[in-house]
Amino acid sequence: MRRTAPMTWLTAAVLAAGALTACGGGSGGDKDTVEVAFIKDTNTKVTVRDDYIETVARAFEKANPGKKVKLIPIQASENDYYAKIQQMMRSPKTAPDLVYEDTFLINSDITAGLLRPLDDHLAGWADWKQFEPAAKAAARAQDGKTYGVPDGTDTRGLWFNKNIFKKAGLPQDWRPRTWDEVLDAARAVKRKVPGVIPLNVYTGKGAGEAAVMQGFEMLLYGTGKDQLYDPATKKWVTGSKGFRDSLEFIRTVYAEKLGPDVSDALSPNIQTNVATELMPEEKLAINLDGSWLGQQWQPKGGGKPWPEWPTVLGRTAFPTQTGAAPGRVSLAGGWTWSVPRQAQQPDLAWKLIETFQTRHNALEWCVRGAQIAVRKDVAADPAYLKSIPGIDFFTDLVQVSRYRPALPVYPKVSAAIGEAMEAVTSGDATPQKAAADYDEQLKSVVDGQVVAKP
Amino acid sequence: MSRAAPTTTAYGTAGRGARPRRTALLRWSPLAPATVLLLLFLAGPIGYCVYIAFTDMQLTGQESASFVGLDNFRHAFGDPAFLNAVVLTLVFTLISSILGQNTLGLALAALMRRASRPVRTVTGAVVLTAWVLPEIVAGFLLYTFFERRGTLNAILDWLHLPSQNWLFTLPILAVSFANVWRGTAFSMLIYSAALSEIPQEVAESAEVDGASGRQRLWHVTLPMIRRSIGTNLMLNTLQTLSVFGLIWAMTRGGPGSRSQTLPVFMYDQAFLKSLIGYGTAVALLLLVVGALFSVVYLRLLREEV
Repeated sequence: MRRTAPMTWLTAAVLAAGALTACGGGSGGDKDTVEVAFIKDTNTKVTVRDDYIETVARAFEKANPGKKVKLIPIQASENDYYAKIQQMMRSPKTAPDLVYEDTFLINSDITAGLLRPLDDHLAGWADWKQFEPAAKAAARAQDGKTYGVPDGTDTRGLWFNKNIFKKAGLPQDWRPRTWDEVLDAARAVKRKVPGVIPLNVYTGKGAGEAAVMQGFEMLLYGTGKDQLYDPATKKWVTGSKGFRDSLEFIRTVYAEKLGPDVSDALSPNIQTNVATELMPEEKLAINLDGSWLGQQWQPKGGGKPWPEWPTVLGRTAFPTQTGAAPGRVSLAGGWTWSVPRQAQQPDLAWKLIETFQTRHNALEWCVRGAQIAVRKDVAADPAYLKSIPGIDFFTDLVQVSRYRPALPVYPKVSAAIGEAMEAVTSGDATPQKAAADYDEQLKSVVDGQVVAKP
Repeated sequence: MSRAAPTTTAYGTAGRGARPRRTALLRWSPLAPATVLLLLFLAGPIGYCVYIAFTDMQLTGQESASFVGLDNFRHAFGDPAFLNAVVLTLVFTLISSILGQNTLGLALAALMRRASRPVRTVTGAVVLTAWVLPEIVAGFLLYTFFERRGTLNAILDWLHLPSQNWLFTLPILAVSFANVWRGTAFSMLIYSAALSEIPQEVAESAEVDGASGRQRLWHVTLPMIRRSIGTNLMLNTLQTLSVFGLIWAMTRGGPGSRSQTLPVFMYDQAFLKSLIGYGTAVALLLLVVGALFSVVYLRLLREEV
């Protein structure tokens, strides 16, 4: 018996170590190859971004003989993508030369020293003048340096299905002025059009930042001034009424069964589900979502080609809680091209950024990806203005759009909000309890830099 | 392994100290590459993990990590989410490993001894298939099985039984069943081997003495395969403690944290919340939980009949 003991201990150690260690693949430092890491949709049919990047990469190789672009598409949900690129960027062996960064995360990655400032390159780049000031600021860190070149922005609003609205006796030019009017419309759909999900608001941890930004913050930013972060005191807000009210809205949607089935709503696949199934199959009446949805229904590269969508869908701005000025709420985000600090070919990577952001290629991306242009010349281009129905509506929302607090700690705050939403949605906690739990978590996340706001 | 005693006596007292040591070294030399590799790729990362567990290292949002002593561990024990994960891990291990895989594996092995050859072959193949499948594939299969619009509900509907939504209502049970489905083959194999080792005469003499089937099982079979039970329980438990892919694919630890066992909690903290230091500390605590189980089982094994 004695002899099996060391064996079993060894086995135990091997098994346990399996849980702890992970392997990473190495990547070469070939000086003629530039490696580009970007997110690929979890739905394999959606290839809009991949196709565009591929096109630009081939053009780059043609214009720069001898150079090669190696694409590293990372097929994952957003949260998993962030974790993946952060790990890749930590080591020179795995760091790509160019990385697609969500502005949501960029401040955090800059603080961690994962990215390179691009100011030297930007100074000598004529096209930079074409960028809107807000876009230039998107990737500017607290140290005043710029760490990324945005390739578009986005806004958020309500998409509604006119066919379903007709059946429910609701107006075709729907303009809700308060939260209650949104809920009332959803209740009308529930009463009159059975079998249809009245209203989708993303929620919970599964959808990640999509739930927090498209769902929660669209509500919170309409409840009053500085309900999340107080720029005057530079502190995060606890105990705000707006926070509880926003959670109450979420609770109402899911407790009254106005939203998708809770188990679907909390699934990480909900975004793909909504865009490629529920909306094209006309099973969803109202959807609080982003300006880019049209890319999913493009005839080429879209997850679910849907030629009729321009006539079926209407768009309207999301209202503030009680209709207070300016009456409309939108948040803006977007992605940038950035160069990791550990990149092996930073200069080649910059050249590729320039190629991505020529007027022609930038326009191409805005059209294909249903992006809102960040270059003035692209925004004025007739091809852009005609690119996709509703682009004028969403471009107009830029005026009222707000930005998330551009602070390194924001992703952690966002995770705490996601947990509060999930607790309320699943019925595990009341909005009061979830808000109190959030306050507690917030304090530890931001090291006590909080201010109470009634 | 016997010591190199004969050689020493042959050479007398002069080379007594040096000689066996050299022989031992010589004997060890073929194992040297393996030892070096183990140290490099196993002890190395584990040592590094231990170091990280005492720092506040983050994946992002932090300029440099610093040494924080036992803070991560103190934080864990005051963290309701961690305690929740510990409880869920114990529930998961108890249901899926100790009750599920172990008992079912023994039952299958015992039944298969009496089954006809074709039945044995088919059952063996089916059970083994579940075990051979990669964890992530099994995870997705079981997700589609338990999902609200999945296979299980289709069957229940067809039988006019009420449908279930366990992935949402009882996720820990769903993932436990999944683990039983996946892991029973291992126990079955171990017990099949153990049962075939029982000498025919013992079973026969018990039968002649008039022992009933249950008595034979309790007084003859189980005591004779005690060691296999111990080994099997230990391997099963340790494997179950570290199950991640299956749960991640099926529920991601949700909804809320209703199926967030320690490995999932660890991943969530380390990679999604970027708290590498804290996540690693949790990993070490998971190691401790595994060690505690091992000690208990080793004790059980040692008590000779």
